[in-house]
Amino acid sequence: MSDKEKLSTIIDPDELKKEIMAKYPGKVQKKRSKGFVVNDPKDESLEIQANVRTIPGIITQRGCTYAGCKGVILGPTRDVVNIVHGPIGCSFYAWLTRRNQTRPLTEEDENFMTYAFSTDMQDSNIVFGGEAKLKKAIKEAYEMFKPHSIAIFSTCPVGLIGDDVHAVAREMKAELGINIFGFSCEGYRGVSQSAGHHIANNKIFSNVVGINDEKVVDSKFRMNMMGEYNIGGDAFLLEDYFKEMGIELVASFSGNSTIESYEYAHKVDLNVVMCHRSINYIAEMMEKKYGIPWFKVNFIGAHASAKSLIKIAEYYGDDEMIKKTKELVDREMKRVEEVIAEVRPKLEGKTAMMFVGGSRAHHYQELFAEVGMETVAAGYEFAHRDDYEGRRVIPNIKIDADTRNIEDLTVEKLDEQFRPDLQERKAKLEKSEFAFENYDGMMPEMRKGALVIDDISHHESEELIAKVKPDIFCAGIKEKYVIQKHGIPLKQLHSYDYGGPYAGFQGAINFYREIERMLTTNVWKMVDAPWKEEPEIVGSVVTEYC
Amino acid sequence: MLLRHTQKASETIERKALTVNPAKTCQPVGAMYAALGVHGCLPHSHGSQGCCSYHRSALTRHYKEPVMASTSSFTEGSSVFGGQANLLQALTNIYAIYEPEIVAVHSTCLSETIGDDLGQICSKAVADGKVPEGKHIVYAPTPSYVGSHVTGYANMLKAFVEKFPIKTDEKKRQINLLSGWVEPSDMRELKRIMAMMDVKSVLLPDTSDVLDAPMTGEFQMYPNGGTTIPEMVSMGDSMATVAAGWFATRDAAIALENQCKVKFTQTDIPVGLKATDRFIQAVAKEARVSVPESINVERGRLVDALTDMQQYFYGKKVAIYGDPDNIIPLTEFLIDLGMIPTAVVSGTPGKEFMKRMDALLGDIPEARYLNGAQADMFLMHGWIKENPVDLIIGNTYGKYIARDENIPFLRYGFPILDRIGHSYFPTVGYMGTLNLVTKILDKLMDKIDETALEEKFELVM
Repeated sequence: MSDKEKLSTIIDPDELKKEIMAKYPGKVQKKRSKGFVVNDPKDESLEIQANVRTIPGIITQRGCTYAGCKGVILGPTRDVVNIVHGPIGCSFYAWLTRRNQTRPLTEEDENFMTYAFSTDMQDSNIVFGGEAKLKKAIKEAYEMFKPHSIAIFSTCPVGLIGDDVHAVAREMKAELGINIFGFSCEGYRGVSQSAGHHIANNKIFSNVVGINDEKVVDSKFRMNMMGEYNIGGDAFLLEDYFKEMGIELVASFSGNSTIESYEYAHKVDLNVVMCHRSINYIAEMMEKKYGIPWFKVNFIGAHASAKSLIKIAEYYGDDEMIKKTKELVDREMKRVEEVIAEVRPKLEGKTAMMFVGGSRAHHYQELFAEVGMETVAAGYEFAHRDDYEGRRVIPNIKIDADTRNIEDLTVEKLDEQFRPDLQERKAKLEKSEFAFENYDGMMPEMRKGALVIDDISHHESEELIAKVKPDIFCAGIKEKYVIQKHGIPLKQLHSYDYGGPYAGFQGAINFYREIERMLTTNVWKMVDAPWKEEPEIVGSVVTEYC
Repeated sequence: MLLRHTQKASETIERKALTVNPAKTCQPVGAMYAALGVHGCLPHSHGSQGCCSYHRSALTRHYKEPVMASTSSFTEGSSVFGGQANLLQALTNIYAIYEPEIVAVHSTCLSETIGDDLGQICSKAVADGKVPEGKHIVYAPTPSYVGSHVTGYANMLKAFVEKFPIKTDEKKRQINLLSGWVEPSDMRELKRIMAMMDVKSVLLPDTSDVLDAPMTGEFQMYPNGGTTIPEMVSMGDSMATVAAGWFATRDAAIALENQCKVKFTQTDIPVGLKATDRFIQAVAKEARVSVPESINVERGRLVDALTDMQQYFYGKKVAIYGDPDNIIPLTEFLIDLGMIPTAVVSGTPGKEFMKRMDALLGDIPEARYLNGAQADMFLMHGWIKENPVDLIIGNTYGKYIARDENIPFLRYGFPILDRIGHSYFPTVGYMGTLNLVTKILDKLMDKIDETALEEKFELVM
């Protein structure tokens, strides 16, 4: 009997679900049941509830809209002064905590990522309004730093007291002559970080992308990478691959990036999308406006990386690039296979659970599979149904009040910059089964009987740990020590536990080694004292000497 | 350079509106930390999810321990119509699913701005039977746009003191010890000192055995540590209160005095020799005990070490930033060692800070110090660029300045995100001070070793 079969005989997933739900009050049970699904990859009618409100009082992994906007999307961009308009905390917590690495090209290049800027609103600003202070803060920032651009992020009180950050941005832009834009990304705007991604996408698209049409990007093959945030240096590895293939990476949204590069990011022939959830909006809008095709790639997992690089080369259809790419893949896969051969026997048959993000919980399953490990339960923190079930379900997703709250930009084709040539190429490739605008989601790739859980709660993860006892659990910092107190190692997939990179081929090798370390280390075997299993030692008041 | 845009303080403008690289954060995280120091208590953040998530993350990164807390998960609707429904629903779920003894609710800038009245909502929760028999609810308004994380800690401490202590006719031979924001190891050290002095005491809050709980292979949602309800109730009958840390404990001490007529002595957090002397005297006086020989021995050991170390501290310039309760006694101590604090900032507002710093630093012409909104690490860095220092002491964020300026750096305060183990070794009391001063000396001497010419490299120091 294989380990996979063993697992499903030990645990009846439906029974497990029932047991976990039992503790919930009626209404909670009803709602959580819909986000807690026993997978069947063949069943197309299987639906998961996602991107809905977290029930108050349920201990969730989720953060807020501001976190998605400032922390995730704008955080990794270095040539912008990000002023957080609000009380001090929001700026403080988003200060360098996400490990987005950046590499300014020279010592003189702008890099504001190591700074936290805030209007530090006080009660008088709440009572009398904060616009005047915001304007002053922008002027001070300009005077001190003369930055390329300034962005303003609204925190919860801003919308409520009626501060108009967009009007302030317009006024200051006119006065100071640099690009200044604001985000209405108050924490409460959406049900999770996801709303913040969308808000960030909209503003970057409407106020930054395409404003520099003068710049000449003089390269045969030009591309943007989207939804790659350069945690632990992932993007640096990928940049090297693209360079080797002969591709000019014009802009990265948003790992290791500059606002300046976004301004001419429309001068590309292709957008590739890594994290579908956080960035598909810009990709779609760029296709509508400029005719630039996009497709999904995945650089987490060596085989996935190979497939993605080859697909990119095939898109350009350049024989030399295809040849170079295949050489790159062969060379790197050889190194990867050597490590797999060494590591796999130690990890084969072990089980993993992962609850993180809007794409990582899917992508990392590939890395585990490459060393023979199975993902028995997974879910996202802030994804939508399409990230689970695939983009085919998008037309059927119910638009609730929370979603309606986030503006969907109406984008028109821009004739003078539209690229019919790219659309023709796309149409031609599509005939040969080359997929664009594609993402099939997590569920079709997970086995029957695996658990798929959206916005997992503390109670649910604790029960899973106790009843299924996976060999490793992947989540974030809030979960890390909760899980580890159970004696089960937790790998952080947001911060990588300060390791990485894990993308591409070298990244895959790094990850295999990391999992090998985590699952073979002696520390977990030292939890019990040697006397724990021994019969009780009976004390004596008499000391005997020989 | 990591902080390549930072200029000398004299070469940049004086800011009125922009805070850059703050030396503080917001109230709720302090309320959360204080509530974790009460046994069986689940902190609850009444606001949008991000607050709770950020605060749990910050505390977890510092303590490397589980930090459990729940949230009212506000959406646009609750922000417009008020958060009462969210909080009531949250309480039902929390008591049913997570089974705490106490839920300690704190507000956020969001719920404060819309005018949610925590007192009214919590009363309604009790009236509606949302709080099960024998369980409790405590609340503290902690608007993020007032004060700092220290204020939030103070407010939550006050909330506990207003809720639990009861004055009966029976005076108890014990004292209350209200502690400012220190590490779990410091809380344990305070209790050890009380035991050495043979003083029965109730320490509030007490995060030892909560945020440094042992690995047992089992997760305990409510670890063994924390001040218990009976202990808090008994505080009303104590002989007196010793409140360590003006900013974090004064309001609670006053509230307890008003409510239960328990007098208090305000002291500093016992960091450094003199602050510990004052603390010991306060405890001895309030508990009516004499200082035992064992304490004298510990003090003597510290003073002995200081005499051995003193030559390396003399004249060394130091930059300090952090929370007032911690850096006031620290500054005093460093001056006593012969060091010169030339740059001191705290983001936490409050006149007491400048009053104390004027007294400590007023006679040192090159000392620059400030607290409040623009008293941030950017300002301090600008001062350092003008008048370089030999050592920087403060939370993890100082590492960027330290690296750019090539200055030894000692991590002290909250948060320390990039080192593990700091929460296990105290810096309070004579032994804690010995630990701290040893770390300071190590930093200075490592620098001497690193930079010494080969012919000047010393074996014996």
